[in-house]
Parts: sequence; structure tokens; C-alpha cells
Amino acid sequence: MSTSTSELRADAPPPAPPRRRQRWNWREIGLAALLIVPNLALLVVFTYRPLVDNIRLSFYNWNISSPRMTFIGLDNYIEWFTSRDSWTIMANTVIFTVAAVAGSMVLGLALALLLDQKLVGRGAVRSMVFAPYVISGAAIGVAFQFVFDPTFGLIQDVLDRVGITAPNFYQDPGWALFMVTVTYIWKNLGYVFVIYLAALQGRRKDLDEAAEIDGTSPTRHFFRVVLPQLRPTTFFLSVTVLLSSFQVFDIIAAMTQGGPLGIGTTTIVFQVYQETFVNSRAGYGATVATIMFTIVLIITLIQVRFQDRTDT
Amino acid sequence: MSNPTQPPAQAAPEASGPLRRRRAAAPTGRPTLKILGYLGLAIVVAIILVPLSFIVATSLKTQPDIYSDPITWIPNPFEPGNYGYVMETVNFGVYLRNSVIITTILTVVQVVLGVLSAYAFAFLRFPLRNTLFLLVVAALMVPNQITIISNYSLVASLGWRNTFAGIIVPLAGVAFGAFLMRNHFMSLPTEIMEAARMDGTGFLRTLWRVVLPMSWPTVVAFTLITIVTEWNQYLWPFLIADTDVVTPLPVGLTRLQQNEGLTNWGPVMAGTVLTTVPILIVYLILQKRMIKGLTAGAVKG
Repeated sequence: MSTSTSELRADAPPPAPPRRRQRWNWREIGLAALLIVPNLALLVVFTYRPLVDNIRLSFYNWNISSPRMTFIGLDNYIEWFTSRDSWTIMANTVIFTVAAVAGSMVLGLALALLLDQKLVGRGAVRSMVFAPYVISGAAIGVAFQFVFDPTFGLIQDVLDRVGITAPNFYQDPGWALFMVTVTYIWKNLGYVFVIYLAALQGRRKDLDEAAEIDGTSPTRHFFRVVLPQLRPTTFFLSVTVLLSSFQVFDIIAAMTQGGPLGIGTTTIVFQVYQETFVNSRAGYGATVATIMFTIVLIITLIQVRFQDRTDT
Repeated sequence: MSNPTQPPAQAAPEASGPLRRRRAAAPTGRPTLKILGYLGLAIVVAIILVPLSFIVATSLKTQPDIYSDPITWIPNPFEPGNYGYVMETVNFGVYLRNSVIITTILTVVQVVLGVLSAYAFAFLRFPLRNTLFLLVVAALMVPNQITIISNYSLVASLGWRNTFAGIIVPLAGVAFGAFLMRNHFMSLPTEIMEAARMDGTGFLRTLWRVVLPMSWPTVVAFTLITIVTEWNQYLWPFLIADTDVVTPLPVGLTRLQQNEGLTNWGPVMAGTVLTTVPILIVYLILQKRMIKGLTAGAVKG
């Protein structure tokens, strides 16, 4: 891989001054255009254009279904940054993403450690744990809304058996957010687990042996030997899970519609939808979308920066 | 789900001699550890399977049976009528057809576009190649959820609401697949491509006879990722499809839930099962490849 990459790179235009290299082959350029343009055009029209358009729209007061738009300058931004709802929504987003990242990483790693042992049936368990990851988030949301039903659901039944009265997951904002987070972790755990398992199995076994000969305690061994080797994976997963949980829409739409009490489980993605399509304030929705993209951009840039550092 | 699969990666290192001997020679604490291990497995299996069986059981229950306290696990009476109800009265048959249409078209289009653009980025020389490649890959960073506003008004102005074109076209661009395929193409031995070039083999022939035969596992991974993503696509079709004519399963399911949920769980759970089963069947058949494909971005080279 590395040799072919560098060879091809050396041929590529930007590093070497194009004029010194042999002339462009126009037939090759034509073919390349034919192969690339359809896909590129789709991405430009449906991904990059809306991204830029969001910025423009964010300065307007606009009901998405009418052609009339009023320029209002920074009013949308001022409203977002001074509104108390925004801070509740940001708090929801942070709680949800942090809990989702922490929960799925800790559980995923624990599960990977468990299935790294020689146990009969671990292959089947591995397939089983990954299965929810391929199921539609909307379907899982609908299913788990019933699982969490405060009167007829599975959770209240289990809690009832041990003498605990289930909280009202539908009506209490804190518990509703808890319900949505648990559901998301249930869906996503398999992904984290499979990647951790692969990393665990690729670790240096000689270090394990050395530790065992030295009589290092398992806990110490885990924190001093195993965990440091998993650092690149941990970093990769924390950013990936952070970004994907930041964008969760289907589970929230299916389970709570952003409620209870209006914005109990509304995260920033849900706010984009809510303002644009439910409250008919597309300009404000575009403002929220722009703010959201800025956050995604910052997280991604941090990832790129750190990834480079860990590589060198 | 019960097919025991043994990932090859985990079997190999453990079979090595010294490791085995050492494990056998460390008796203290072993049996308890094993028991704890199996206990852990049992808990994990329960956490995954109990909610799923609860949903399947509910989908086969009558209303009073669903509302029994404590909950029951065997439907009594057994009521498959919930399925008939959602297939006929709520149009799940149509949703299923729509999901198949949307997923098939999007998968074919994305795989073709992805392979073709990856071919150009990997093998052809043209100006701005790296910049354009970056442009394709950077699209990964833009969440679908923030492009909906502008895309919605564009699609609406084209008169594409409630059409397959309106759902499919905006989702058809491919970033990750192009990235995945291009990286794979770059890993192919350069000599083979050189030979094809010397022989003056045309593009289609090179692609079909030289490149693709060495790339099927990656193409399959790419295809499976696309199938799963598009089958589960929610927000965009939810905005574009107001009528049942083009509504896919996940959107139809939440619409059913809006109408019947909290009061009539039986059909809602039947709908959930119907939405989930097709993709789970694909998963059961192709689980190894699917796990590999869906985690493909994570493996660092």
C-alpha cells in the first residue's frame, strides 16, 4: 500500500510542478471527468450547496413553505445565544452525547474483554451483540418506547419484581433523556464492541506473557499494559461515537418527539427539524444548523490534529 | 443469530503452543473466572434477546393480554391478526415495496458511482486530482441533518415531494464508499495496472477484467454498508413522503405509532417486527461480511 501510494502521489499534479512533468493526456482527463462528475455534482448540489445556503438562510426570517423572506441580520443568532431554551437543548445534547460515548465505550470494552476469553459460544454472542446496530433506529425507538412503558412495559415489570416502582419515563424529562440514551447505547454497543475486540486481538501477546510471568495483578495489567495499547482505538471510537450520537434523530423522533414538557429530550439536531418544519421558522432552523455544523467541524478538526500526532 | 461464527482473527493467536501451555498451568482462580465469564455472557445475551422477544411476543398478543400485569411471555390467545391488520389496513405491504425500491436503486447507484469515481482517483492522472478527492471525502463530515432545509425547499420547488426521485436523488452522492474503494484500489499491485496500460486495454475492460476481480470483498463490504444505511434511512424520507405511495418502512412505522401507539401496541409491535426482519435476515446470512463492512472505516492501515 505505502509504495503504491507514494508512487502515485509522485505522479499527481499538486506536489510536482505540472509543466515539468509529461503533458496531460486529454483522453485520460476526459475519462476521469466522466467518472467523477456525476458523483461530484450530486455532492456539490445536495451536500455543499445546502451547507453554504444554511449560512445565507440564517440571516433571514423565513417560513419554509412561503417564498417571502425578510432579512434580519444577526437576529437569529442573537436569539439563539440568549434564549434559555437553547441552553437546555445544549445541555441535553451534551448529557446525551457524553453519556452515550462513556456508556458505550465502557460497556463495549468490558464486553470485548469478556469475549476475548476462551468461552464456548462467544462467536454467537458476538453476532448477537452486533445485530441491533443494523436495525433501523426508528424501529428500535418504537420498540423501546414500549419496553419503557411506565404501566405495561418490560422495564417496569422487571423493577416491579424487585419491589421498585418504575419512574415515569414518558413524563419526567430527566428519565426521558435517560430512556433515549439507554436505547441509543443498546443499538450502538455492538459497533464499539467489535472494534475494541479487533484491537484487543491485535495487541502484543508477548507483553501479556511478560506480565503474567512477573505476576502482575490483572487490574494493574489491564491499566498498565492493555489499555495503553488500545489508546488509538479509544481515541478513534470516542470521536466516532461522539459525532454519531451528536446526530441522532430517528430514536428521539420515535420515542419522545423531543418532549416531554416541550424540549425535555430535544437535542440540537432535533431543534433544527423542530424549528424548520414544526414551528415553520426555517431561517432560525438554518441558524441552529449552522451552529451545529460549526461544532461538528471543530470536533473533526481536533480529531484530524490529534490523529496526526498519534501517528508520528 | 444462533449460528456460531468463529472470527478467524481470534482463533489464530490463541492456538499457539506456549500460550496454551501457560493457560493450562495457571490453575488458581481459573474455574471461578470461567463461571464469571459465562455469567457475563448470559447477562449480555439476556440484554439483547429479552427486549427482542418481548416485542415479538407483544406483536402476537391481543389487547387484554398486552395489558396484563405482570407481563406474560407466551401470547394467550395467539393472535397473528396484528400482522394481517398492518399489512392490509396500514399499507405495510406498500411500505415494504417502497423500502425495497428505494434501497435497491440507491445501492446500485451508489456502488456504481463509488467504484467509478474511485477508479479515476486511484488510476487516472488529471489536474486537481487530490483537491477533488478531498472534496468528495470531506462530504463525510457534513451531517445529512443539516442539509435538509435547503434540500427540502429545492426538492419542493422541483415538484418532487412524494416522489421516489425526491427521496433518492439527494441521497445518491457517495463519499465514504468512494473513499473505501479508492483506498482499496491504491493497494492493488501497480504492475498489473501498468501491464494493462501497456497492452492498451480499454477502461471498461480494465475495470471489469483486472480491477474488479481483485476487489470483490471490498465491493461487497461497500454494498452491505449501503444497504443497511439506506434501508434504515429516516429523516429525509420522513420529510419528503407525506403519502403512503412512496413511504418506506421506518417512516411508515412511526406514522403507525403516531396513530395507534400508547393505545394499540399489538399492531405497532407487529409493524416493528416487519420493519426489522428483512434486514435481520440479510444480517443472519451475511453477518461476517456485514460486521467487517460496517466497521471498515475503523481499521487503521
